[in-house]
Amino acid sequence: MANIVQFENVGLRYGTGAETLSDISFTLSAGSFYFVTGASGAGKTSLLKLLYLAQRPTRGIVRLFGEDAGALPRKRLPGFRRRIGVVFQDFRLLPHLSAYDNVALPLRVAGIPEADVDGPVREMLAWVGLKDRDSAKPPTLSGGEQQRIAIARAVITRPEILIADEPTGNVDPDMAERLLHLFDSLNRLGTTVVVATHDFQLISRIPDARMMRIEKGRLNDPTGSLRYPPGMAPT
Amino acid sequence: MRDKPERRLLDESRRTRGMLWVMAIMLFLTVLAAALGLGMASASRTLDRQLAGRLTIQLVEGDAGRRDAAARAIAQRVRALPGVTRVAEVDRAHLAQLLEPWLGEAGLDADLPMPAMIDVDLASGDTAAIDRVRAAARAVVPAAQIDRHAQWLSPVSAFLSTITWFAVALVVLMATATAIVVLLTARGGLDSHRDTIAVLHILGSTDMQVARLFQRRIALDTLLGGLLGTVAALAMIWLLGQQAAGLGSELLGGVALAPLDWLLLLLLPAAFALMALFAARVAVLGTLGKTL
Repeated sequence: MANIVQFENVGLRYGTGAETLSDISFTLSAGSFYFVTGASGAGKTSLLKLLYLAQRPTRGIVRLFGEDAGALPRKRLPGFRRRIGVVFQDFRLLPHLSAYDNVALPLRVAGIPEADVDGPVREMLAWVGLKDRDSAKPPTLSGGEQQRIAIARAVITRPEILIADEPTGNVDPDMAERLLHLFDSLNRLGTTVVVATHDFQLISRIPDARMMRIEKGRLNDPTGSLRYPPGMAPT
Repeated sequence: MRDKPERRLLDESRRTRGMLWVMAIMLFLTVLAAALGLGMASASRTLDRQLAGRLTIQLVEGDAGRRDAAARAIAQRVRALPGVTRVAEVDRAHLAQLLEPWLGEAGLDADLPMPAMIDVDLASGDTAAIDRVRAAARAVVPAAQIDRHAQWLSPVSAFLSTITWFAVALVVLMATATAIVVLLTARGGLDSHRDTIAVLHILGSTDMQVARLFQRRIALDTLLGGLLGTVAALAMIWLLGQQAAGLGSELLGGVALAPLDWLLLLLLPAAFALMALFAARVAVLGTLGKTL
């Protein structure tokens, strides 16, 4: 399988502080499923920010879709970002828009004609089991419902990479499993999925997934193939 | 009818009407300044037109008989010249009336040697026509004096011109202040909608798409506020015009606005809205350009 993401000795520093990420090197194959794990503050979110182009590396090379993302001119970033779906831990839904409009947002941003928006949005809302909540505003939805809307928004454009930061952090175990099932089914459709989590029970549910563990800003398994059997997961 | 979906991307509940009222005040003052400028320019043109070809021939002669005969001869000669539209000897009673404030009724006896005065209107104020009148007058009375009205009213004309330029400067200043208000509003808007913009960027929005959200809003506020201010200012100008017309002053009559002037004033809100749109775009693109 072709590499869709390649990190080479990547470092990330915010301002003049110490490096948040150091010497990160790994590759992600297209169509595979990855977990990024590590303790809080280890650098998982920073790693994801580099992946979804919210940050540029301060050193090293981040290659996305075969191009050096760190050297991309600003005007090319939107095109790259449209190929990536992101699910945030805090959902980041627009609270003044309905569930329907939140899910439709990436299509409208991409300039899809309004006549072609309704079908995919209804389909996604049904897929996440919220077709009857289309007009509800995010503040009136439960955490799990908001998370599912966020997932629907992230995948509606059929992105090549789906990045999820602690997607199950705010939901109960049943809902967590259902969300993971959504990611798995998307992965089976060919999307590369990267999920940051510290829930090892969750990791064990996707047997084919690979895992990367970050400790104090460094990747302790550069091959990206390290797996912990559920019973041996570090606490 | 519902708004287009992309127009709902910014939370309307965070919108304040402050911008609208600021723009109403800005346009109110701008339209007044512009009206002042246009009115003064019009008055200046009217004055120039009226005075450019207006002359007075003055004959100073102690002998009343010779003076009146010379005046009649000059009037006859000048009337025959090409480009002369009117020749009128100033009535002696009128001259006496003009002198009365200085001399008093007692001073105006019949033997008072008053000069003869002949008003001449020319079709144009070109030098050749004036020279022809001068030559015709001096052929009869070599000491005849020719007064060009434009010459002694030139300070008034210069004053009108100064006020016109002052008004132009005011309009430019108001436009600059409006652009600055728009820049600050756009930056404030970016700040208060920072989270929404961050999400839009991550979803692949271009800076231009984000700029359009702000520029449309700001241009609309400018247009609506501007129309309010313009209507109020035009009403005030019309009212002042009515009062000025009642004074019967020839000079103030020249200040009246022409239909084209009213049209120009009505176009000001649209012009300011366009400027606001451009300023908002520059502000948003400039600020977003500094982010990733």
